[in-house]
Amino acid sequence: MIRFDRVTKRYEEGHDALREVSLDIARDELVFLTGHSGAGKSTLLRLVMLMDRPSRGKVLVDGRDLASVGSRGIPRHRRNIGVVFQNHQLLFDRNVFDNVALPLVIAGYDHREIGRRVRAALDKVGLLQRERALPVTLSGGEQQRVGIARSVVGRPRILLADEPTGNLDPALSAEIMQLFEDFNQVGVTVLIASHDLALISRLQHRIITLRDGRLLGAAA
Amino acid sequence: MKGAAAAPRREGASASRTRLRDHYRAWRDHHSLSAADSLRRVLDSPASSLLTWLAIGIALALPVALGVALENARVVSGSWDSPARISLFLAPAVDDGTAASLHARLAARGDVAEASLVSREAALAEFAELSGFDDVLANLDDNPLPHLVLVTPATGVAPDALQAELAALDTVDQAVLDMAWVQRLNSLMDLGRRLVWALAGVLVFGVVLILGNTIRLAIESRREEIVIVKLVGGSNAFVRRPFLYTGLWYGVGGGAIAALLVLCALWYLDEPVSRLAQLYQSDFHLVGIGLIGSLQLVLLGGGLGLAGAWLAVSRHLGAIEPR
Ligand SMILES: Nc1ncnc2c1ncn2[C@@H]1O[C@H](COP(=O)(O)OP(=O)(O)OP(=O)(O)O)[C@@H](O)[C@H]1O
Ligand SMILES: [Mg+2]
Repeated sequence: MIRFDRVTKRYEEGHDALREVSLDIARDELVFLTGHSGAGKSTLLRLVMLMDRPSRGKVLVDGRDLASVGSRGIPRHRRNIGVVFQNHQLLFDRNVFDNVALPLVIAGYDHREIGRRVRAALDKVGLLQRERALPVTLSGGEQQRVGIARSVVGRPRILLADEPTGNLDPALSAEIMQLFEDFNQVGVTVLIASHDLALISRLQHRIITLRDGRLLGAAA
Repeated sequence: MKGAAAAPRREGASASRTRLRDHYRAWRDHHSLSAADSLRRVLDSPASSLLTWLAIGIALALPVALGVALENARVVSGSWDSPARISLFLAPAVDDGTAASLHARLAARGDVAEASLVSREAALAEFAELSGFDDVLANLDDNPLPHLVLVTPATGVAPDALQAELAALDTVDQAVLDMAWVQRLNSLMDLGRRLVWALAGVLVFGVVLILGNTIRLAIESRREEIVIVKLVGGSNAFVRRPFLYTGLWYGVGGGAIAALLVLCALWYLDEPVSRLAQLYQSDFHLVGIGLIGSLQLVLLGGGLGLAGAWLAVSRHLGAIEPR
């Protein structure tokens, strides 16, 4: 589903964030991406999202070389990928419902369908009764879960998450990971960047480790 | 996923397929949503919106008001405009009989369309009535006014040639061609029209810049939101839409204010103008811009709003990408 073929990403200052990275993630997989701070985890996810282009090598998503996706094709490409990002998350002047509905509004669903799907997604993350709340009235963990609901509401084929449990206590983190496993169970390819080695090593999934932009080794 | 990306995602629970009609409906829905949302944002900050509206309104009202003034001047001068007229002031010594026979001879000429005689007595009476000096004039021993023959040249006759010929007559003291100042007025009005157009061009350009800058600020203040929308797959058209509507609302409001300002000015000036006109024995009233003109002004404002928004959006929106 996601394939990197000797991908190098060099930022303008000449710093290589990724070096010769090759990997292959199958359709039904859930994969953890780990490594020290600055190892290149976010950079890797950004290449999949087409927030950046590789300096060398190829990135393929669902068999399609992303080099062939022009700037006009980027929105459509992104609509097929759910993302949970470290920083920029929610629209703070819209309530929880509207935040989660955003991908569906963009994709042009009708409002009944939007209502149904948004409530289903909020129910999954346990925030159904907060749908009218503004994000500022939610805790960090709750905001994170709103972001997760938004990432899955459009039923993407791929789910990318960058530090999705950064703000959460261990119990909640485990719950969130369980959510990602559920999505993976219904056929979503999931790629999660995380520092939380203690948590991810308990779960039985492949872990990819980056060090200074290089791939260390893949363990099942 | 590839080409028809939307289709497979819609399978599953709903099993409904998006058709062209649904896309159209969604597109239309987002338009009305954006329009309403933009209007709400504009109205949410009434003070700054009002300032923007006023700035646009004044910039649009100025050339329109000047244009209206010119139009009125044209209507007024229209009555003098057409045939030239030659006023023949007869020599003071000419008596009533000579004046009458001159008048008859002139009226019979082929190159004269019309000739009318204003006797010195009639002229004095008219002057007395108009000036209000009738008491003074009644006490005059002598009528200081000469006889006057008003000659309208026939069409196709060069008025200045006729003027020269008539001026040479013994009985004629002075022949004045009234067209000279009409021509001068006409070329002045032509100059005025050009100035108004030039001014309008400059101010319209200014309006587009004002709107462009206002929209730029709106874009800047919603940078975070734009990034998020782009991140979850919002197309450029989707991101652009609310800002175009914001521009439209500012422009429409500005156009409405401009129409209002012009109407107020006309209302304020109409009474003194028609009183002045009465002094010249005319029931002239100011010509306004009318309902159609007002609507056109609002539309023009809307169009300029869109143009300014488009300018800002195409310059600044592309630069905002998720990082
Ligand atoms: N836009 C950028 N311009 C220049 N250098 C960048 C840019 N983004 C990231 N880098 C550099 O690339 C390297 C990898 O960054 P990246 O964000 O991928 O790390 P990370 O593994 O996600 O770290 P963390 O765990 O702290 O989020 C870092 O050294 C960083 O300084
Ligand atoms: Mg990172």
